[in-house]
Amino acid sequence: MSLCTPFCSIHERLGARMVDFAGWRMPLLYQGIIPEHLHTRTAASVFDVSHMGRLRLTGPDAARLIDQVATRQVSDQRVGVIRYGLLCTETGCPLDDILIYRCPDDWLIVCNASNRARVVEWIKQHSAGLNVRMDDQTQATAMLAVQGPLARGLVDQMMPDAGVGKLSRYGFVTGSYLGMNYIISRTGYTGEDGVEVIFPAGAAELVWPYVSSLGDGVVKPAGLGARDTLRLEAAMPLYGHELDEQHDPLSAGLTFAVNLDKPFIGRDALARVAAEGPKQKLVGLKLTGPRSARQGYTVLAGKTPVGLVTSAAVSPTLGCPIAMAYVDAVAAVVGTTLSIDLRGPQAEAVVVELPFYKAKK
Amino acid sequence: MGSPTDRKYLPSHEWAKVDGGRVVIGLSKFAVDELTDITYVELPAVGKQITAGQPFGQIESVKATSDLFAPVSGKVEGVNAKLATEPGAINADPWADGWMIAVTPSNPADLGRLLDSVAYDTQTAEGH
Repeated sequence: MSLCTPFCSIHERLGARMVDFAGWRMPLLYQGIIPEHLHTRTAASVFDVSHMGRLRLTGPDAARLIDQVATRQVSDQRVGVIRYGLLCTETGCPLDDILIYRCPDDWLIVCNASNRARVVEWIKQHSAGLNVRMDDQTQATAMLAVQGPLARGLVDQMMPDAGVGKLSRYGFVTGSYLGMNYIISRTGYTGEDGVEVIFPAGAAELVWPYVSSLGDGVVKPAGLGARDTLRLEAAMPLYGHELDEQHDPLSAGLTFAVNLDKPFIGRDALARVAAEGPKQKLVGLKLTGPRSARQGYTVLAGKTPVGLVTSAAVSPTLGCPIAMAYVDAVAAVVGTTLSIDLRGPQAEAVVVELPFYKAKK
Repeated sequence: MGSPTDRKYLPSHEWAKVDGGRVVIGLSKFAVDELTDITYVELPAVGKQITAGQPFGQIESVKATSDLFAPVSGKVEGVNAKLATEPGAINADPWADGWMIAVTPSNPADLGRLLDSVAYDTQTAEGH
């Protein structure tokens, strides 16, 4: 039986197509993936992201624990700042990618729904002998993403005292609104400006209509389908596609999220990758023709297989098929013409700069 | 709502509707909804032979690529040209305007092997 987010009955009332995703019953789409995608790029959409894991770490050794398990240094992280990092095994490949929130009194880790159980297990395992307590607040809280060029301004208008208008990227504020504690961060997974809001699960039925009414209904619901095509255009990695226990974060181009100057689990393996250079690199590909590749399709240089597609779709914003793929380092140079075997026909695919899409400032 | 009773179905969701001497082929609303927004359809050219139970084309959506299977054998007489530039017509109207190909059947017995709408809807309701 899948878990329901606190918004499940709202999604059903809105006529969403519900699917099972990572053990949760989630809206795939309401009106359609393409219109929801385009609305997020031009206006603002609200996404239920309550399935994401929310783990609270409390105690004097919390920072020490996170520094030990995460690729990112946190001991120097200021309150109100979020850092993206990865939890790697000794092989240097990630168990998950996470957001680390430095709260006034403790820490919050937001992880992927699909990996929550093993992240919880991994953190417990490495807490032995440390004075730290983990509280899995995933089901006690709700999380909404409001994303799009209009999103942050609308949330700022709704609660002018929260300071959302002044947030820098990856910054967050905490506060209380109508007696409800919240965290609002300037984060997201769409490539647009916007916020993510965490609040008590019990307030879900009150908050959704409130958010939906922002800007006289300009904010529309969007599902997991649009979330996936939006993050692909923005070249944001998705665990299980660009990241897994076979692909390390340096090959994925996430150099900024790996701090080799401190000890952490997987550091030595990653230092070797850094010294030798990744054998394969994650690249962006633009395909010629109307057809889309899919995860697992082979990338070729001439007739030689040089890699595999990790994610692909016809880009709703660009109007052409795009893909991300791991390819041999020699083939990973921007401008290189490769091809993709579409299980029969082949499509020409040119290596392009990532991201495919960048929001206007 | 039930699928139209004026046509027959493959378990893989293609429909076949007799129209004079031809059989018009498309994809059921259930399958189209599952695929979500259609972005491309690969269809055979007029004059080509298709074989019952074998793939005759492919359909792509934002989410997936699927083979299209022939409900009947025959020679392709017509292709819905609109789909080349407007594949979304399949989403908008899978039962009529979003038809894919029309064939002259070579073996009328093929139609007898297909599901009727009740059997097809029962199958989809069971989640196959």
